[in-house]
Amino acid sequence: MTAIAPGTLPKSSPRGSAARARLLRGLLPALSLALVLIAIAWLNPRAISYFGFNLMLNLAIPIALATIAQMFVIAGNELDLSIGTFVGFVGCVTATWLRDAPLLGILVLIGSIGVYALLGALIHLRNLPSIVVTLGMSFVWQGLAILVLPKPGGKAPDWLLAIMSFKPPYIPFPILAALIIAAVVHFGLMRTSYGVILRGSGGNAAALRRAGWSLLKTKIVLFALTGLFGVLSGMALIGITTSADANIGNGYTLLSIAGVILGGGEFVGGRVSPIGAVLGALTLALAASPLLTFMHIPPDWQVAANGAILIIVLAARVLISRRER
Amino acid sequence: MASLRMVLEKPWIWSFVGALVVWLATVAFTGGYGAGGMVTAALSLAVFTVIVGVGQMFVITLGPGNVDLSLPANIGLASAVAMKVMGGSDSMIVVGLLAALACGAAIGAINYLLIWALRIPPIIATLSASFIIQSVDISYGRGLQIKPPPGFADFTNWQVLGIPVLAMLTVVFTIGAALALQRMIYGRSVLAIGQNIRAAWLAGVHVGRIRFLTYTLCGALGGIDGALLAGYFRGANVDIGNEYLLASIAVVVIGGTSVAGGKANVPGVWGAGLFLVLLLTMLNTFGVSAGVRLVLTGLIIVGVITAAGGEKAVR
Repeated sequence: MTAIAPGTLPKSSPRGSAARARLLRGLLPALSLALVLIAIAWLNPRAISYFGFNLMLNLAIPIALATIAQMFVIAGNELDLSIGTFVGFVGCVTATWLRDAPLLGILVLIGSIGVYALLGALIHLRNLPSIVVTLGMSFVWQGLAILVLPKPGGKAPDWLLAIMSFKPPYIPFPILAALIIAAVVHFGLMRTSYGVILRGSGGNAAALRRAGWSLLKTKIVLFALTGLFGVLSGMALIGITTSADANIGNGYTLLSIAGVILGGGEFVGGRVSPIGAVLGALTLALAASPLLTFMHIPPDWQVAANGAILIIVLAARVLISRRER
Repeated sequence: MASLRMVLEKPWIWSFVGALVVWLATVAFTGGYGAGGMVTAALSLAVFTVIVGVGQMFVITLGPGNVDLSLPANIGLASAVAMKVMGGSDSMIVVGLLAALACGAAIGAINYLLIWALRIPPIIATLSASFIIQSVDISYGRGLQIKPPPGFADFTNWQVLGIPVLAMLTVVFTIGAALALQRMIYGRSVLAIGQNIRAAWLAGVHVGRIRFLTYTLCGALGGIDGALLAGYFRGANVDIGNEYLLASIAVVVIGGTSVAGGKANVPGVWGAGLFLVLLLTMLNTFGVSAGVRLVLTGLIIVGVITAAGGEKAVR
């Protein structure tokens, strides 16, 4: 299980220690997840079971999907500060229209992906800072969510509930889902030729343009993929919580960014790793609540735990990178 | 006429034009009723955005990727610290303000420490810091129901001839900030770093020290803002700073400061601050629902950025 993305590999170095450092760096997301799991197993061995994982990783699927969504924009050197409220908006649509008027619901969700694609085009054409545009959009999604569902409530469509409460044999569903998400996105982004172009738009946009690729198109595709995974995240979330609330996704913006970075992604240069991002999301999902509960740390410090993990992992990465040189 | 053209070429003029248009639209809607009161209210609310906006402006001017995402958490914690230190007694007002200032400055210093020691992008450094600050605040400020000292609450609401005193003081502060930016070595260094960090370093600018100072300054302004907000709204609150993440970045960009760094604009922060507050007042006056208000606020911000962002094609 290696989380090294081909794109994150610098030119091969003759020195073995540098190669080892690179491997270590690639394994860092998996190591941090393992560390959290070991801590949980040590504090409460009974949690490491089919039932325990189902419970602990309950919310990991939507977090992983939102993290993948964020990863696509980060691959293009942009940042989406609206993904949290977008997930909330999708949740509200899922719990209302998608159940009562499926056709309308589907159209609205596809339309919202279209809005993401348009944002990508707008950001590219006008050379706008994505932080500000998406920060503005976060208000739009939140407002729309309140308009769709003024009061917490609604109900998830039955088929969605059925999917999310699926109990496969032996492997807990959240882990199975995480594996599938990671495998699909890894294949699409790291193993296909257009995936290379997409990452290249973040790595060296000028070179891509000279090679004749449309940067407008790559940006539109990256943003549309973000929208698509945001929609999946919102639907998965409602499939678990069964009802919605306009603020349900607000925490996902920061979680998703943290997950991408934990997973070895970098803000610039198109260096991202889908497998790492999923691992990062799982680490955050586990560290945020189950670990703290077992350590008898009050929920007040949940957010701090996320911050501390980020800082520790980044510090570890700096130590490793130093050896890489 | 030449002078008029000169004024029109200033990037900050458009934020004031926007504020004026929004104000006129609202006054037209109410038939002139409450026109003056609206300005007073806008001034007193814009103050809080302007103070953090100036801090954020210095940070953003340092160059691409520099932004302080820890401001909301910082404001929240500082508001709790100020209220706790003041403890409701007038004699402790100055000590409380200093405590909030120190708290904010410490957060800013820690932010830069993370950026420098871990060599991570400021966005992630300030983001991770804000996670931790937020938890400290939740834990520290739990059930905190201390009212601000009466003297302090009166001071933050004090008006002379319909003009909030806090707004006058903030105008003085922003003039100072503008002078620091354009006339002092510190401000010139910030601009130089934002234009080309390597060139600035080669030219002998103390890049590390200036960046450290800037993050600390931004943090300190967040701290003061938290204390003042707690005084104005009569009590500290974990969520008191939440809206200032978007607001602080938005006023900087709408005010004509370049997001790519190296080009800052202090008057624009005031114009944009007033614009945002008046926009909210207008939407409230029109009686739109909370959802519509949020949607329109977002769309207008995106629209303004789109209209203003065109010339920044050269990086």
